Amino acid sequence: MESYFFTEDHQLFRQSFRDFLEKEVRPHIDEWEANRETPRHIYKRFGEMGFLGLPYPEVYGGSDLDVFYSVIYTEEMTRMNSGGFCTSIGAHSGLALAHINGEGNEAQKQKYLTAGLKGELIGCLAITEPGGGSDVASLRTTAKKEGDHYIINGSKTFISNGVLSDYIVAAVRTGEPGAKGISMMIIDRDTPGVSATKLEKLGWHASDTGEIAFDDVRVPVESLLGEENRGFFYIMQHFASERLAMALIGVSQAELAIDLALEYMAEREAFGRSINKFQALRHRIAQMSSEVMSTRVLVYSLYRRFGDGDYIIKEAAMAKLLGTQLSDRVCYECMRMFGGYGYMESYPMARLLRDSQLGTIGGGTSEVLCEIISKMIIDSKNYKAAV
Amino acid sequence: MNTYYFTEDHELFRQSFRAFLEKEAVPFIDQWEEDRRTPREIWKKMGDMGFLGLSYPEEYGGSGLDFFYDVVFNEELGRCNSGGFAITQQVVQYMSGPYILKFGSEKLKQKYLPGIISGDLISSIGITEPGAGSDAQNIQTKAIREGDHYIVNGAKTFITNAVYGDFIVTVVKTDPAAGAAGVSLLVIDQDAEGISRRKLKKLGWHCSDTAELHFDNVKVPVENLIGEEGRGFYYLMNGLQLERLCAVPAAVSGMEKAIEVSIQYMTERQAFGRPISKFQVLRHRIAQLAAEVESLKAFSYLCCKMFDDGQYDVKLCSMAKLLATELCEKVATQCLQFFGGYGFMESYPMARMYRDVRVGTIGGGSSEIMREILAKIIIDDVGYQSAGKGNGQPSKILKAASGAEKGSATATIEPSFDNLLAIMQKQAAKASPLGKTLQFNLEGQSIALDGRGEVNKVVAESIDADCTVDVSMQDLSALISGKLNPMSAFMSGKIKVDGDMGVAMKLQELFS
Repeated sequence: MESYFFTEDHQLFRQSFRDFLEKEVRPHIDEWEANRETPRHIYKRFGEMGFLGLPYPEVYGGSDLDVFYSVIYTEEMTRMNSGGFCTSIGAHSGLALAHINGEGNEAQKQKYLTAGLKGELIGCLAITEPGGGSDVASLRTTAKKEGDHYIINGSKTFISNGVLSDYIVAAVRTGEPGAKGISMMIIDRDTPGVSATKLEKLGWHASDTGEIAFDDVRVPVESLLGEENRGFFYIMQHFASERLAMALIGVSQAELAIDLALEYMAEREAFGRSINKFQALRHRIAQMSSEVMSTRVLVYSLYRRFGDGDYIIKEAAMAKLLGTQLSDRVCYECMRMFGGYGYMESYPMARLLRDSQLGTIGGGTSEVLCEIISKMIIDSKNYKAAV
Repeated sequence: MNTYYFTEDHELFRQSFRAFLEKEAVPFIDQWEEDRRTPREIWKKMGDMGFLGLSYPEEYGGSGLDFFYDVVFNEELGRCNSGGFAITQQVVQYMSGPYILKFGSEKLKQKYLPGIISGDLISSIGITEPGAGSDAQNIQTKAIREGDHYIVNGAKTFITNAVYGDFIVTVVKTDPAAGAAGVSLLVIDQDAEGISRRKLKKLGWHCSDTAELHFDNVKVPVENLIGEEGRGFYYLMNGLQLERLCAVPAAVSGMEKAIEVSIQYMTERQAFGRPISKFQVLRHRIAQLAAEVESLKAFSYLCCKMFDDGQYDVKLCSMAKLLATELCEKVATQCLQFFGGYGFMESYPMARMYRDVRVGTIGGGSSEIMREILAKIIIDDVGYQSAGKGNGQPSKILKAASGAEKGSATATIEPSFDNLLAIMQKQAAKASPLGKTLQFNLEGQSIALDGRGEVNKVVAESIDADCTVDVSMQDLSALISGKLNPMSAFMSGKIKVDGDMGVAMKLQELFS
């Protein structure tokens, strides 16, 4: 099956990236989880190795590689079993930099993308607010133009890298209420009036998640990313790739859960034989493996279309819906294969289970995805590309 | 997604086949369901239009087309919302005909294939017996050779097309003592003396006929044997993948159709002052179902693509069959619910779909059998475990036999790498070219066979082969010396095969 999507070069990349992660990441994950943050030096190591810029243009230090390199990247990252670590790196390279690469002007790219791909300047993407998450169009943080500056007031929450990042790519209201009055703004962390507090959360322990407040924050008009009042469409545009990535993470988590469970089941004995001989458990593994395989093929097929330039709003929503639901279910079932050990932190399932939980919430909840899908297939609504 | 798998020609074929079905079949299906049979004329019309035998060779009247025409064929049948209608030709084209095409003698092919492609002949596949369904190696129907004939005695049940059809590809024991190795396939004409039949009443699939058959000293000419005696189990193992795979595109299109008609109904039906398509709970249910169907469709197409490329992936086919048939249940139940009381009425489409999909998780290997096969592959790392309709367990007889062979085999061939390499080189040069590459992984060392040229070339190195076989030196010695049968070796897990199963299927030839 893999050969329909991956070349030999892809697989070589997989091997070398895996080796890197095993050596430089795996041994430190527990510590980062305990510290509730991913240290800066690992971003730099990723930058040095070229792992932050796989899909980005070479001129800014990226590698300009096809989407299946990013697929491998995400799969291997997920196998580290730390949603927090993956998110820390991903919020920077996959979210903040995606907006800068997509809509930034040359000066912005030179500044943020170049240093970002080296792992020297770390970003975050701030959309959700305390009063509005999935309902992006009604966000309330304002940016009022005064001469050469925008004055920003409001707050953002649940922002990955929200405390430690160097700058914030924020969605703000520059115009009328609704979707047509939103712009994207780059806000440097050290601008007066920016403050952040760290949030405690169920999982994703190795990532710092922040609530950010903007109190009369003055940023130069050059901070505007792309065109004024086009922000909503940019966000929607990037959602397709974010959702595909989250679908892939879900599938990879589920696959990891099954692999870990199989390993345990082969070793663990009960009633005189290894528990992988018990038919009820075997059939559960067979069922889950089938669902994971099928969803994985869906995600790969969509990545291929995405890479070929298809605008796949509906399908990306479907994939994210299924991939994250699957992850929750499979991680739960596989945790149960471990019996009491599944509940212990010294075994991998507890973390996998709690880290999986954000999948059906972030990047558009399952309910919001169902809204989008049902609008498209019942009401024949069409979403068009922004550019 | 379609552009990755279908050409414009496929789509043109789809249009014309759909138009044909809408004109010639769909308006009459209610009546056929009522009659509990589908008249032969429709198959004859299909044959006349060239819609049958799509991938069969032209010399037998077929069209020699690629597998995605078959995918279209199955998808369009699936949209007719009559499992009974669809299954009739699925059995003929994909579940019984291929055994004759792939393994039958020229004479058998000449006799039967043109008829099933023209729509004149209707065939059945006779595997299940009253006492053995999924466990095919334990079938009891015997075919004992007497001169130029086999004398067949026994019974088969749940046989589609066997009330009104013309012949049955019948699974029999030609060596009742030999377990799986005693299984053979015989073509038995329905009008042969000694066959009696009873039409079975069933929950769904109303317009298809399903029979229980009794064979009482039925004389079958030996020329009706498909392939070789004792190889039937191996043929089944090969053919069942296609059977399972074909069920998938038909299931996907059936579910798509169910969602389509549900949305249509929901936009028309009013409740509490607005169309029920406005109720969020129902909308989200549609979204969820549509997503699951879309996902399965992507999976289905990839499996079909692999099959089209000549790769038999038992694991993926079994997964696809399992998921598709289980999802059909869910979609049928939930879509029926959208229709409220009308869902329960025969004048609306969901009642039929609901009863017709119920057989999906049972026929062609039940869901439990699929999970059994998958568990073996995934948990026990058995390379190829499609024990036909078997229960996935290696036959006890085979196990015992191959165990005994192992000891004696070592006496004849020294299981050293150099010796095996030398023998392989000699033997492979004699065999006809494989057409593909094959690699044996022998306890850390590799022997590669390149059969793409005029002769098979054998070298002691590792290549990126179409198919790899992991085997111990001792077992390979036994295979080469003929003491261990490649099929038994598969079944018992002595050799593990990865990649193109088509190549692995030729192992027997290589070692004979």
